[in-house]
Amino acid sequence: MKTTGKVIGIVSNLVTVQVDGPVSENEICYIDLDGTALMSEVIKVSGDKASVQVYESTRGLKNGAKVEFEGRMLEITLGPGLLSSVYDGLQNNLATMDGVFLRRGEYTQPLDGAKLWDFTPLASVGDKVIAADWLGEVKEAWLVHKIMVPFSFKGEFTVKSIVPEGQYTIAQTIAVLTDEEGQDVEVSMTQRWPVKRAIRNYREKPRPDKVMETGVRCIDTLNPIAEGGTGFIPGPFGCGKTVLQHAIARQADADVIVMAACGERANEVVEIFTEFPELIDPHTGRFLMERTTIVCNTSNMPVAAREASVYTAMTICEYYRSMGLKCLLLADSTSRWAQALREMSNRMEELPGADAFPVDLSSIISGFYARAGKVVLNNGSTGAITFIGTVSPAGGNLKEPVTESTKKAARCFYALEQARADQKRYPAVSPMDSYSKYLEYPEIQGWLEENVEKGWVDKVSTFKRMIRQGKEASDQINILGDDGVPVSYHETFWKAELLDFTFLQQDGFDAIDALCPWERQRYMLDLVLDICSRSFEFEDYEKCRNWFKEIINLIRQMNYLPFKGEEFEKFHGQLEIILEQNGK
Amino acid sequence: MANRVYQRIYTKLEAITKATVSVRATGASNDELAIVAGRLAQVVRTKGDIVTMQVFSGTEGIPTDAEVVFMGEPPMIKVGDQLSGRFFNAYGKPIDGGPEPEGEPREIGGPSVNPYKRRKPSQLIPTGIAGIDLNNTIVSGQKIPFFADPDQPYNQVIADVAMRADVDKIILGGMGLSNDDYLFFRKSFESAGALDKIICFVNTTEDPTVERLLIPDTALTAAEYFAVDKNEKVLVLLTDMTLYCDALSIVSNRMDQIPSKDSMPGSLYSDLAKIYEKAVQLPSGGSITIIAVTTLNDGDITHAIPDNTGYITEGQLFLRADSDSGKVIIDPFRSLSRLKQNVQGKKTREDHSQIMNAGVRLYADAQNAKTKLENGFDLSDYDHRCLAYAKEYATKLLAIDVNISIDEMLDTAWTLFAKYFSKAETGIKQALIDKYWKEN
Repeated sequence: MKTTGKVIGIVSNLVTVQVDGPVSENEICYIDLDGTALMSEVIKVSGDKASVQVYESTRGLKNGAKVEFEGRMLEITLGPGLLSSVYDGLQNNLATMDGVFLRRGEYTQPLDGAKLWDFTPLASVGDKVIAADWLGEVKEAWLVHKIMVPFSFKGEFTVKSIVPEGQYTIAQTIAVLTDEEGQDVEVSMTQRWPVKRAIRNYREKPRPDKVMETGVRCIDTLNPIAEGGTGFIPGPFGCGKTVLQHAIARQADADVIVMAACGERANEVVEIFTEFPELIDPHTGRFLMERTTIVCNTSNMPVAAREASVYTAMTICEYYRSMGLKCLLLADSTSRWAQALREMSNRMEELPGADAFPVDLSSIISGFYARAGKVVLNNGSTGAITFIGTVSPAGGNLKEPVTESTKKAARCFYALEQARADQKRYPAVSPMDSYSKYLEYPEIQGWLEENVEKGWVDKVSTFKRMIRQGKEASDQINILGDDGVPVSYHETFWKAELLDFTFLQQDGFDAIDALCPWERQRYMLDLVLDICSRSFEFEDYEKCRNWFKEIINLIRQMNYLPFKGEEFEKFHGQLEIILEQNGK
Repeated sequence: MANRVYQRIYTKLEAITKATVSVRATGASNDELAIVAGRLAQVVRTKGDIVTMQVFSGTEGIPTDAEVVFMGEPPMIKVGDQLSGRFFNAYGKPIDGGPEPEGEPREIGGPSVNPYKRRKPSQLIPTGIAGIDLNNTIVSGQKIPFFADPDQPYNQVIADVAMRADVDKIILGGMGLSNDDYLFFRKSFESAGALDKIICFVNTTEDPTVERLLIPDTALTAAEYFAVDKNEKVLVLLTDMTLYCDALSIVSNRMDQIPSKDSMPGSLYSDLAKIYEKAVQLPSGGSITIIAVTTLNDGDITHAIPDNTGYITEGQLFLRADSDSGKVIIDPFRSLSRLKQNVQGKKTREDHSQIMNAGVRLYADAQNAKTKLENGFDLSDYDHRCLAYAKEYATKLLAIDVNISIDEMLDTAWTLFAKYFSKAETGIKQALIDKYWKEN
């Protein structure tokens, strides 16, 4: 029998319920408001009083309202059809909702129950299987979608029967499994999973050993992120966090992309809806939307569901990872999620930590980042979740709890700099402050040496050193004046500017420059480092500046042109001539 | 307020603070309105049979035996065509001496638009001000605030913007407006003959502070009526949102909530987002555009109010007094319209975005030259030309008193470029130079 209760206190979306039976932490309940069921989650229990956060507006709710507990945590449905869908934080399908406004208590089916899928069995009768083993597969757009033994199944099962190749809906039974006690269980193409629990049906979680290509030079070359790695992008507003994340979403070398728009602007999500169905994935030539799921809980949608949205998105990634796929999870912005936690903690009158955030913020964030990673499945195949979150630090100050907690959890740090953004040097990723811990991994270094170029890691260090030297030279010039320093200072400064303008900066809105594959990054890095390793002679600093401006312009023109095309080579030829005239 | 057949009346207050009262009562619903000693109040918390209400006009003089009457419904406003041309207070009561408008009652602060049902904003809203149209073009369905120090003429600017904007309705939400500013808005709307498309909800400094909290939701509920039901293009002006936030912090403080940064409530981001995200382009063609004012303390944008606002809105417009031209200008460096690329060069002339970038870049060079000058270094010929250009650029294009069409703005920019620079120095694409360059 279900536990029931009644409302005895309300502050905004925090409701206190007196219960008549057992309840568990994070259990889902529905509050009855004149016939509308408001979904809620238990977040604290004290005696026979449960504090629940309501995923909807509580306007009009009265003390005494009836509550029914579901005996389960917040779950989502996993199955074919997740890709190309647009969900809210609780996995309601936003596309199938009626009317222009979101109506309270309106819950829609996440998957299309009528659609027929071409199913091919992989398991045979008599096979021994455990949770997450592959029973069969369907084609979801161009992707092979595995149908698995539900993750919640414990112990070993024997396949008693499995349907032959053919068309089935998600609700139809596709296999019957017998457990160790001889009980039969029916399995369909869908299963449900509680989002706040990680899916751990894999053999092991090895260290990442491969770089994920994003096509963004200042990430791939300078501070690469590993396949199955974690990174975060903090930055004040207006520095291009979202633009950078969208660029990564368009170009990253991943099979599945899940974008969690968590407490951000609705118009940004509209941009994804509008553009992704028309844009082409550079790696497969298919429409981007076909590999993308959007989980959006924009800033004006209920706060509690905002917190749920990042978990929903992560669970969808874990599901696809179990099929042996490479997934990329992008969350924009994790600060809004932390603020949702703060609002609830505040209403529960808990003792606050720094900046009124809950004291366990750090462990919640690191627990979430830990769900990413590369895994070896039980059948030996590998899958990965790469996670990149943005952080919106209050006042652009990186010494705040969310940034600090995330810094401990994520391995890559892409600091967006106000000064670079003001100078329109995009992407505004700071070359000095950003880092990638993966660059220190021997596995990743080995991968780079083997797959990109021999001596690559040293070249990257040289690049970073030159940027630093340029900064030092620029400081001296600013203090002593253009004439007050030797011309060689200007040369050092302009070499760093050359690296900045031609390699770090990348035009995200230009069709060609936006995406720079490995081959092109390698070629361009060699080109610019070669120029910077030479020494030149200039009469005075103005000549030095004009000369560098000229070659910067030529290389930038190359960036805008098809790689090694006729026009590209024309500019390259001009560049060589100028270098011949001054250079040793 | 009309009398109802059944009203629950209580007469014993359990607690009184400066902004709230608590009473022992049953059956009160969350967000419901009540009348406490004749003043309007709203339920903000129930705990057992103790109901806490925020009293909008303050609790001064309320006795413990005051009469509390629950209304059984959340704050409402009557929407209809009769709203046009009228001035109301925070509760939607006329303050212009006219009759109460008839219309359909709607809850204020209602549900959000399904993000999937939105359309990409792509219609230009011209204002005649080049600092906006040329450099930071505003698009219908956008939300953008002016960031201004209290001494800047922000109310005049938004009044100008409102009158010139090609929209069907203009709804002003005035929070903590000085009486002078209220009368200024009233007079400018009347003298422009634009009264029939204007609706004002005003809380002046003479009204109680907490009443302001109703203004944005009331104004936006009216806006939703015209945008959703009537498919109209609605422009909502909200001034001053900093004073709205101050009222939020007062209430949260009285309710013993733990403050976060700058003594603002921890929910500030969500509270502001609920307002600003009402800006929308609807599939039916109706739209709500929000232009707000956030006053700053000495240009400090790291304060919690402008900071949270900046993360929510689609850009910001910075007002600054320019010493070279002696005018108030829209600062081209710190201002930004995130949606400008949706219309620039698409709904405007092809050279728009290149002109914008070149104009601002050369203005930045002038700033560098100025720094050099201040530090006592020699200026080059290029530096001198930049400085002269900057002065004319600020006067003819950045100043807020400019009122010309976008084509005229572009032509003005081309004239300035030709006057002070060589073609190569502008860095504009050759094809556009060939077509538009103005030889002296």
